Amino acid sequence: MRAKYVLSEVFLGLWRNVTMTIAMIITMAVSLSMLGASLLLYWKVQDMQDYFNTKVEMSVFLKTGFTQDQKQQLATELNNDNRVAKLQFESQNQAYQRFRTEFKDAKDLVDSTKPEALPASFRVKLKDPHQYAEVQADYKGKPGVESIVNQQQTLDKIFSVLNGIQNLALVVAIVQGLAALLLVANTIQVAAYSRRREVGIMKLVGASNWFIQLPFVLEAVFAGLIGAIISFVVLAVAKAFLLDKTLSGIFTAGIIPPISWNDILLTLPLLLLVAAVISAVTGWVTLRFRLRT
Amino acid sequence: MIQLENVTKTYPRATRPSLEGASAFIEKGEFVFFIGPTGSGKTTIIRLLLREETPTSGRVVVNGRDVANMHSWKVPAFRRSIGCVFQDFRLLPNRTAAENVAFALEVIGKSRTVARRVVPEVLELVGLGGKENRYPHQLSGGEQQRVAIARAFVNRPLVLLADEPTGNLDPDTSIEIMRLLDRINRTGTTIVMVTHDSNIVNQMRRRVIEIDTGRIVRDQPRGVYG
Repeated sequence: MRAKYVLSEVFLGLWRNVTMTIAMIITMAVSLSMLGASLLLYWKVQDMQDYFNTKVEMSVFLKTGFTQDQKQQLATELNNDNRVAKLQFESQNQAYQRFRTEFKDAKDLVDSTKPEALPASFRVKLKDPHQYAEVQADYKGKPGVESIVNQQQTLDKIFSVLNGIQNLALVVAIVQGLAALLLVANTIQVAAYSRRREVGIMKLVGASNWFIQLPFVLEAVFAGLIGAIISFVVLAVAKAFLLDKTLSGIFTAGIIPPISWNDILLTLPLLLLVAAVISAVTGWVTLRFRLRT
Repeated sequence: MIQLENVTKTYPRATRPSLEGASAFIEKGEFVFFIGPTGSGKTTIIRLLLREETPTSGRVVVNGRDVANMHSWKVPAFRRSIGCVFQDFRLLPNRTAAENVAFALEVIGKSRTVARRVVPEVLELVGLGGKENRYPHQLSGGEQQRVAIARAFVNRPLVLLADEPTGNLDPDTSIEIMRLLDRINRTGTTIVMVTHDSNIVNQMRRRVIEIDTGRIVRDQPRGVYG
């Protein structure tokens, strides 16, 4: 009976105040979508970092006219450097072969490039991917070295863009979250006001505090959960139509690992939890101020 | 049993205390009038006894419980031992007489079976047999107050507090309400009634405690309005 009473109060309350309820759900949904998006981005950036850390290399390109002495000297130095995990020399000819296979679709480009145009290089792999900048600086001015290209730098640029997007999503999530918070507080106050007679009598006859407050808190939690489900649908639709269709090129190129349905599904319990906790806490705190004794 | 021990209540930002050094002892089963002009502090007493307010200093004991030092989470259970009626009845307009009484039972967790058994009984007791399904607007003022009394009494409280219960009623209806309260008093329920209706006080000839500007100026068994 009590459960039935509480539930009917919840739905009656939400319905009586339906415009506010809708506003609350929409704000909640936007906030949670952004939260979900930034969460997905965060996971992806972690994945990428782990993935590329095992792959990233540094290329030490040699001047066209380098001497065997210079090459030998560099090889010894790099071999003795205990930061280096793997070292491989690529001659001009090997570089040309690789160039031809990599660009076999661009026949004109391959035809117009002579083997001498491609520099010989040392391909260096480090034990600790964070040391590339340091090692790069150490070898920059060595005799015979033309330039050093560090893949980590390129990756860092990609990561900083992704981090920027993630932070932006997080900021929007927080701002919208605040708006949702205020709407929850307001909705509950309006609900409490519209039922002040009942609340007054309940207090007078000694209904327990949780019994008085539960319908209001559940109202907020219910709206929050609907918001979470909507935000989940938004994320799923965004994956299906935006990521899988429009941006599929990036994923197939292997630069960014694709966001799987598993990842999307994993956000649902988190979004539900965040929505429920935020609504419940806000509702409860609001009522503490409104319904005192 | 109600005990006021040197009770002072000063509301925030008030220039003088609403109640100052008030002491009184009310036995179980007594019928007591608190009288005095508007603003004398009568209603403050009701609010203290209901634990809607706590005293600034002094002790308030109701049914053996020290109200001033009561934890707020214990207040609901405490209030179940007290019934309360007001000048403005405080009924829910969208519920019938029976539903208004049942509401008070349901929100403290009594089952519907209990309500179905107890509600007609108590409505019969207050003289509303046959009017269970009327809405407040279909009832006269006196009848509405009877519903409120039924709601206050349905839990068989030890104490019934009445804040100007006849304030909105004509003299004849007021007398009927007083007869009802008297009957309830005879069941052993302590009744504390705040009023400034001199007719009623003079007719009932019960204990009268007079308050003036926050101080108890008279405490007289079988008193009159004066």
